[in-house]
Amino acid sequence: MVPLAHILALSVILFGLGAAGFVFRRNIITIFMCIELMLNAVNLAFIGFSRYLGNLDGQIFVFFVIVVAAAEAAVGLAIIIAVYRNRGSLSIDDFDSMKL
Amino acid sequence: MAPLFYIFAVLAILAALSVVLQRTPVYSALSLIVVLCSLAVVYLLLGAEFLAVIQVIIYAGAIMVLFVLVIMLLNARQETPSDRSRLARWLGAPLLLVFLGELLFAVWERFPAATTRAAALPDAGPRAVGALLFRNYVLPFEVTSILILVAVLGAVVLAKKRL
Repeated sequence: MVPLAHILALSVILFGLGAAGFVFRRNIITIFMCIELMLNAVNLAFIGFSRYLGNLDGQIFVFFVIVVAAAEAAVGLAIIIAVYRNRGSLSIDDFDSMKL
Repeated sequence: MAPLFYIFAVLAILAALSVVLQRTPVYSALSLIVVLCSLAVVYLLLGAEFLAVIQVIIYAGAIMVLFVLVIMLLNARQETPSDRSRLARWLGAPLLLVFLGELLFAVWERFPAATTRAAALPDAGPRAVGALLFRNYVLPFEVTSILILVAVLGAVVLAKKRL
């Protein structure tokens, strides 16, 4: 049986990699994929706790997170397409019109 | 069960590293699919059969197809490194490391490997999950349908020719 700490450690490592990619990458699609990576890390923590508490509610939450991620991907990618049409670029360095 | 978990945990971490380090978005997307599939195996090992299947069908199937489609559509090439993110590099990396170390330390302190023991394996097939979903979580489920509707409308409006 895998200890809960190892599952949570895997979750933390995946979340950290996602956060690192979010901060350091310049391509907006890659950044979006890093967000998905972080969502999956949280899902893993939910399922680990669900397993160790013997309670299915955590899995219901993962179900809702996946639904929200699907909606987010649809809207987010539509926004990326709209931005690309206006700016002709995918680098977030070019999306700075709201910067002071 | 345990060795399989560690094999797929290492695979997930390596693929996640590849997601972050690859410069070409298509390679990142393909690595992300590897992460999602190995996480599905981990879910299966943890007794979440329904979610493992959902993970492969919805995440690795539908969502990643959307990603790859957009990458191909926009012809996303290798990203060019820029020097405009110096703040992120010098401030972000140490902060991120501190944050990660803190999280790992908290996990280790709070859940020592020796003391946590699993409860009895809950029945997590579609029948059990569906019963819980449609009894205790009916309202969130219905709200979800509105969310999906709004997302569909939003995607159509945003992707229109004239915004």
